[in-house]
This record gives sequence, structure tokens and C-alpha cells, in this order.
Amino acid sequence: MSKLYSGAEIVFKCLKDQNVEVIFGYPGGAVLPIYDELKNFNFIKHILVRHEQGAGHAAEGYARSSGKPGVLLVTSGPGATNAVTALTDAYMDSVPLVCISGQVPTHLIGTDAFQEADTTGITRPCTKHNWLVKDIKDLGKVIHKAFEVATTGRPGPVLVDIPKDVQFQKTSYAKFKKQKKKVGKIHNQFSQKDIDELIKLMSKASKPIFYTGGGVINSGPKASELLRELVRTTGFPITTTLQGLGSYPGEDGHFLGMLGMHGSYEANNAMHDCDLMINIGARFDDRITGKIDEFSPKSKKVHIDIDPSSINKNVKVDVPIVGDVEEVITSTIRTIKKVKPDFTKSNKQKISKWWEKIQKWRAVNSFDFVNSTETIKPQYAVQRLYELTKNKDTYITTEVGQHQMWAAQHYKFDKPNRWMTSGGLGTMGYGLPAAVGVQVAHPNKLVIDIAGEASVLMTMQEMSTAVQYSLPIKIFILNNEYMGMVRQWQELLHEKNYSESYTAALPDFVKLAEAYGCVGIRAKTPDELDDKIIEMINTDRPVIFDCMVDKEENCFPMIPSGKPHNQMLLGEKDRKETKISKKGKTLV
Amino acid sequence: MAKAKSAYSTPGKLGKLGTHIIVVWVDNEAGVLARVAGLFSGRGYNIESLAVAEIDPKLNISRITIVTTGTPQVIDQIKLQLKKLVPVHKVADFKREDKKVIFKEMALFKVVGNSSKKEKALKACKKYNPVILDKTKKSYVIQITALRREIDIMSKSLKKFGLVSVSRTGAVAMTRGSKVFK
Repeated sequence: MSKLYSGAEIVFKCLKDQNVEVIFGYPGGAVLPIYDELKNFNFIKHILVRHEQGAGHAAEGYARSSGKPGVLLVTSGPGATNAVTALTDAYMDSVPLVCISGQVPTHLIGTDAFQEADTTGITRPCTKHNWLVKDIKDLGKVIHKAFEVATTGRPGPVLVDIPKDVQFQKTSYAKFKKQKKKVGKIHNQFSQKDIDELIKLMSKASKPIFYTGGGVINSGPKASELLRELVRTTGFPITTTLQGLGSYPGEDGHFLGMLGMHGSYEANNAMHDCDLMINIGARFDDRITGKIDEFSPKSKKVHIDIDPSSINKNVKVDVPIVGDVEEVITSTIRTIKKVKPDFTKSNKQKISKWWEKIQKWRAVNSFDFVNSTETIKPQYAVQRLYELTKNKDTYITTEVGQHQMWAAQHYKFDKPNRWMTSGGLGTMGYGLPAAVGVQVAHPNKLVIDIAGEASVLMTMQEMSTAVQYSLPIKIFILNNEYMGMVRQWQELLHEKNYSESYTAALPDFVKLAEAYGCVGIRAKTPDELDDKIIEMINTDRPVIFDCMVDKEENCFPMIPSGKPHNQMLLGEKDRKETKISKKGKTLV
Repeated sequence: MAKAKSAYSTPGKLGKLGTHIIVVWVDNEAGVLARVAGLFSGRGYNIESLAVAEIDPKLNISRITIVTTGTPQVIDQIKLQLKKLVPVHKVADFKREDKKVIFKEMALFKVVGNSSKKEKALKACKKYNPVILDKTKKSYVIQITALRREIDIMSKSLKKFGLVSVSRTGAVAMTRGSKVFK
């Protein structure tokens, strides 16, 4: 008879077979048997967080920067409910997470036992799938299936809920045979016919644009390389979504910058006026499209996505291509080379007028701002941070708000998996724990959380985690003492009624850093900024950097709500120049 | 600028609503109905009726029949989102007008009254294969099978004959002819 293992042992045997090296977690009554086994499985490094939401975001940061699934281990009841925000965040941004949660013993389920919650019920809408394992015989199979579901197709979070008695019960463990190719639920459904159709449209187009998203990054680093080749081959302009940043080099001439609500003038106008839009791994999010009825009215639309339900959800497209980005681009490039080897040359002439138009939009320089010698402008702070860190292979996470948009506008990425931000759910408090996870995955790299002072306070306790594991993350706070994005909307839409968006009693971030046992640095003027940033980079310990910025700066350009792409609101500089007309606010 | 006082856009044009019957083959496991029903409620889709039972005890497959209304875009989303659920094997979608598909629903009517009323009630049901399942001096329980809208009509028209209680199964569907939906 084969050897019998306890449920807790099986959990770790599965993790080992899945090549898991790190788990983020927090112990509690219903997972103690699993924590008890931790000592016998040295291949796993457990990172003790300070709150289960932190475990989830750290696992997200780990997953997004490494391409591997993130694993978290939490207890029943509050442990699981605390993880819900992170699971939802991962669900929205397609991050592969495996959450293992403890549950009260099976005979107590449904009795309102201590620390009991209907975890599979609560997490059903925020996971790709979840399981309550009531029979020890199912445990191994379920955990392996969980990894498969999380990592195949459009990635996402899953949860396995294990009652405490199941963790003690014993059964045999069948060695896991890894399938050669994980297929998941959704297969690549595209055919050569789809690719031919795409190439036909590409060779006809005179105003084409690539609109690419997080799907390119989720498809793996190879997909980003192929995307570069595709852009080189076609000479088409490219814009990426917030999540797509890094899939294409930010300083390349073909790159129009990010699009969407706070995207560049050239990217949004090009999206509006194009005659062919090729969406690669993006999902026509409402922050991207603005008013749907007036979204890119004259274009043929192609949508490449691995998730069939993303196609035609918000915007009706002409050519849907269901498939993995890497494989679709591979066959596209292959076909172009075969059918139209001189595509670049023949096409250059055709789209030259389009490029001229784009250059005119580009000349508006929409990310520009009025700099100051007295106060640090937040955009200037991000620009300096970029200039001083661009030669290192830097990983950036963010919280949510104005600072996030400024980071997206002014920090340029040239590699995938270097940019971790909460886009879909917009979770304030994401960046700090995510930075912890990124630093765990890349111990020797520079990891910076570009933060706002309001967001970062939501998960500040994870500084303690960073200190415990000597993770030298840098928390770069653009401190304007306001919930900046809330204040901006109140200024623009609610007659400057700044209802509850000012934080009156902020902590002293330098002292806070010291209290946590890390390093606090403060910059107050533009003159001292560079030196202080360099000091931060050279510090080999976790740093909280309190960058005191202009309190009333707004994030521009901006597509006001309910407006199409070509009615952007530009920054102060432009508005001053066009003060003559009252309509100058909405430059068309 | 803005008259729209919101960070979100205003709703666009709506497509034409249609009634569809969605048939879903699922693994008969704990929580599967909650997943399907939760998908509908979570995304704001409408359920008019829902019928579910195991159809293959060996393979552990249940068949769920859902009647829903929505724009073509919403119906498409319903199908695609259902297909993404792990325990879902296949999804069929039939338009209510589809002549190649049989839609049937069973209803039980309890009629209370004198014999003349009871007989009148039974007579009114004549078109729909009525079966008397229970009979007392004062009451009948009549079973009929019919289309949804026919049962709607009957539930109204039987009121004058002493209808006191209605129980309906929700529609189930099957394609006509020898072909099976794959």
C-alpha cells in the first residue's frame, strides 16, 4: 500500500509539483495544520504579511513581475474575507492567483461556527472558479486543477477552501503528471482565414493603429518581442492601455503613449480618426472608450483576445480573432512575410499622411505641464525619478489616483512585467504590498511604489513585512495631502466642493519610516529632489520617500465623462494660451 | 464643460429585446446552480424561468433550462460567460420563435368549487392534455403541459372557475427531429 499523507502534507506536495517557491500568508485557527507542516517543506519560502489583503496584492505583484502564479494562504472567516479585495483585483486585471483558505471542520460548516464564513459563496463572483474540498481524496486533484484554471486561457484567481478536519485526514498522493500543453477551457480558435482577413485589412488601411493591452504581457515576454517585430514590419503607430505599458518601448517613435481618459492627445485622436483599429489583448474598457456611441466611428475593428466573452462585449468588432496573442502575432508575421514580403515599403507611402497628422497631434505635447522652481510638481517628480532610474532594470508599482496616471504618463517602460498597477478594480493600497511581492520575486532589482499619501495609508502596515524580510522596496509618495483624483473630479464636476477629500491629520512619513525600522527621506523643493532620489536609490533598505508636491495640480489631458476621444481637455499650459475663446477648454 | 456629473458615461442606444431559451449542460456538483444563477444576477441579466435536474447520473450531468430576455448583445454575453464557467460543458440558445425546437412547461392547478365550476375548469384545459391528479368533493388538482404563454393565459382564465393555487416547472426545451445539439 502506498504511503498515506495528511491533507496538510498534500497541500505542500502539490505546491512542490507546481514548482511554487513562495507563498504569502497569515496563520489562523483553521489553517494551523498546514502551517504546522511548513517546517517539513524547505523548498517553500513563506512571507508573513500583516493583513490578508496584503498577501493577495503581494501575490499579484509576484505573479505580474515573474509570470508565475502567485499563491496565498489564509485562514477561515476574516482571513478569507480580507483577501476578497485582492482576489477581485486579480480577477479584473487577469492575474493568476491560487488562494488556499482554511475552513471550519466539515461537521461545523453551516452552524455559524467561530470564524466561519461562506468563503466559496463570497468568492464565487471574484474568482474564475473555487472549490470547497470536503473529501480528502479530492484534495490533490483539486489543487492541481486550481493551478490549471488560474494559469490557462485568460488568467485569473482561484480559491481552494479546505476544512480543518480534511487537513488532518490521510490519503495517498498520486504523483502529478504535468500535461505537455495546458489547454484550459478556452482553446485557440482562430484559423488562417482570420489572419488572411486581418492582413487584407492591414494592406488596405491608410489610417491604421495598434491598440494593445495587458493581454500582450499575460501572453509572455515572447509576445512583447513579437509585437515589436509586428510594428517594425508594418510601420503602424501603436498605443497601449494602462496595463499594456511595457509591452512596447515607451521611447520608440511608433509609440503614441497610453490612451484613454488620461492618455495622450495623439493616441486618443488617432484612435478616434483611424480607419483600422487592431486591438491586441485589450478589452474596450470604459476608461478607454469614453462615449461608446461615438467611439472611433470610422474604423474597421479587429479584436484579438483569448477570452471570447471580451469580444463584442462593449464595442462591436468586424473581425474577432480568438487566440493567444503570441500565437496570433506569430502567424500574422509569418503570413505577411510569405504573402507581402515588401509590406513595409509598399505601405510607407500609404500611411505617410496619417503619420503627418499624428505628428501634429504629438506637437501639442499633451503631457506637458507648467513647472515651478518653488514647489515640486508631481509630474516633474516622476520625470526625475524616471531619468535617475532608467538605466537600472526598475520595477514600478503604483497605488490608485493622480499619481498613478502621472506615473503612467511620465515613466517610460521598455520591457514587459516591469509595471504593476491596479487598473480594473482601481484598488487604493495595491502598490505597497505589490512592491513587496515584486521584490520577493526579484531580490536584487530596484522596486519602487509610486504612491499617493492617501492610498499608501490603506496598506501601510506591510512596511513591517518589508522590514522583516529585508526587502528594500522604495515607497515614493507624491504627497499633496488630498485624495488628488477625488479632489480633481470635485473641482471639475462638483463646483469645487471638496467634500472629505482633504486629509487633515497625516502622519509624519519620515518618523513613520523610522518607527517601522526603515529609512525616511523628505523632499520639499525641486532643487533638492535629485539628490534625495539618488539617496533613496543608494539606500539598501526599505525607504519611505515623502515627496511634498504641489497640492492643487490636476492630471491632464483628460477625456471628460460622456465625451468621445476627440474632445479632450488639455492641461493648464494650453488653456492659458487659448483663453480667448470660452470653448478653449475643450480643444477639438 | 460637463453637464454629465459623473465619472461614467451615460447609457447608449439599446438593442431590441428578444426572449431566448438557454440550455446549459453542467456537472452536477455542489454550488453549480449558484454559479449559473449568480452569473445572471451579478451581471444584471434577467431570469424568467429556470428548470434544472440531473439527466445523466452516470456522467453526473445536469441540464439547466433558462428563459431570459435581452438584447442580442446581452444574449451573446450570457452564452459566452456561461461557457467560461468550469463546470459548464455546452450551452445552447434557442429563440422562442424557433420552429425547430419544442418548448414545454408543466403546470399544476388547484381548483376549488362546486362540481360545475370544477368541470368548467377541466373543460377549459382540454387543449393541453389535462390530467386530474387529485380529486375531492370540493377540489381538483389538474396537470397540464403547454407553452409558457398558454399557461399564462390559463392561470388567468381559470380564476373564475375557482383557481386557488398554481405551480409551474418552468420551460424545458428539446430540438425536433433526429439531430442532437452538440
